[in-house]
Amino acid sequence: MRLIAENLGGERGGESVFSAIEFALGDGQALVVTGANGAGKSTLLRIIAGLLPVAAGRVRFEGGGEDFPSAASACHYLGHLNAMKTALSVKENLCFWRDFSGAGSAGVEDALETVGLGGIGHLPFGYLSTGQRRRAAIAKLLVSYRPLWLLDEPTAGLDKASEERFGGLMTQHLEEGGIIVAATHLPLGIDRAKALRMGESG
Amino acid sequence: MSGRTEGGAWAKASHIMLALFLRDIRLSIRAGGGALTGVIFFLAVIATIPFGVGPDLRLLARIGPAILWIAALLACLLGLDRLFQADREDGSLDLLVLGNDRQMLALTVLTKCLAHWAGSVLPLVVAAPLLGLFMNMEPAGIGATALTLLVGTPAITFIGAAGAAVAVALPRGGLLISVLVLPLTIPVLIFGVSASYGAVADPDPFLQPFLILAALTLFLAVLGPVAAALALRHGTD
Repeated sequence: MRLIAENLGGERGGESVFSAIEFALGDGQALVVTGANGAGKSTLLRIIAGLLPVAAGRVRFEGGGEDFPSAASACHYLGHLNAMKTALSVKENLCFWRDFSGAGSAGVEDALETVGLGGIGHLPFGYLSTGQRRRAAIAKLLVSYRPLWLLDEPTAGLDKASEERFGGLMTQHLEEGGIIVAATHLPLGIDRAKALRMGESG
Repeated sequence: MSGRTEGGAWAKASHIMLALFLRDIRLSIRAGGGALTGVIFFLAVIATIPFGVGPDLRLLARIGPAILWIAALLACLLGLDRLFQADREDGSLDLLVLGNDRQMLALTVLTKCLAHWAGSVLPLVVAAPLLGLFMNMEPAGIGATALTLLVGTPAITFIGAAGAAVAVALPRGGLLISVLVLPLTIPVLIFGVSASYGAVADPDPFLQPFLILAALTLFLAVLGPVAAALALRHGTD
């Protein structure tokens, strides 16, 4: 599978945020997008996912076969918001996203165990702290399989140990042939990642 | 595509939609879900009417079906703004829209409409016979009104979904949705009320307006979700 951006430009509210972004990612490769606030990191991720229209150039997703014909169908999008309902329990939330997106490598219990939330799946999501909520959202990446992970500030609110654990999860995803595009200010703990610094050239 | 894989795809889609339906029903029942808001509003309006109109039992019986329908229509509009807004606020809407390539977004919207209807509008239909007694309606009229509400209210939800999708990004879109949607719901109201009267007033027909009402619901079950999906698809920011 390959994710390719060619001369990609993005705009927000009619104003160009970035232009001439180029990258190509193959199986097992990661791209870490950095840049100042407002440089267009989140916009770039949303354009790749297809949530925002492309302003210039194009972004292609190849080799996904019948299961993943487009970047939108092949991606897990982890945005600023966790996409979880506060009134439902953590487990109910994860079960819903597993049913909605299709089953993955890990069961709900296993995924919670992996992100260090084992034993609190029965609590309403609203009772969790910021870091725990983020970890529950990360568990969402595990309960259904997608080759492409689009992560927007994935480690915001995480403590040191959780950051390292998440770094391990990302490394594992890459070793299994996945692709990661992450926008962040903090070091993510994945080796051999390509870097894209926004807001300087564009 | 062979019949078997097609059948498999259907089974998969229905499994996904069932999960979404159950989640939305659960959310509407849990605290803050707002399932009761509509019923309480409905109850308040109908309970107030006899005080305002006065104790003329014949007049109450005559305006009963119309009042039930108008109150139900307004109660339906009350909760519509939360249909997509709640999902937008916590980021779920992005993921629902991203699912478009696997299962049509219109199908997702249809499922959300059905869950919204079952969670917050069906209680109105159930309460309608009781409130019909407040209006001194005869049993046939009560039955006919409840039946037309059962058949007609989904149409209001389907149109409302399109309005809710257009106004999803507005922080106080509730009023705007009502204004957008109300003119489109007038045909539903007209045929619903005339069928209800048809059951009790002798020369008026019941079946014809009732069938048109059913046709409206079926037509809007397609048009509403497709329009809403289009608005949501282009409304993400």
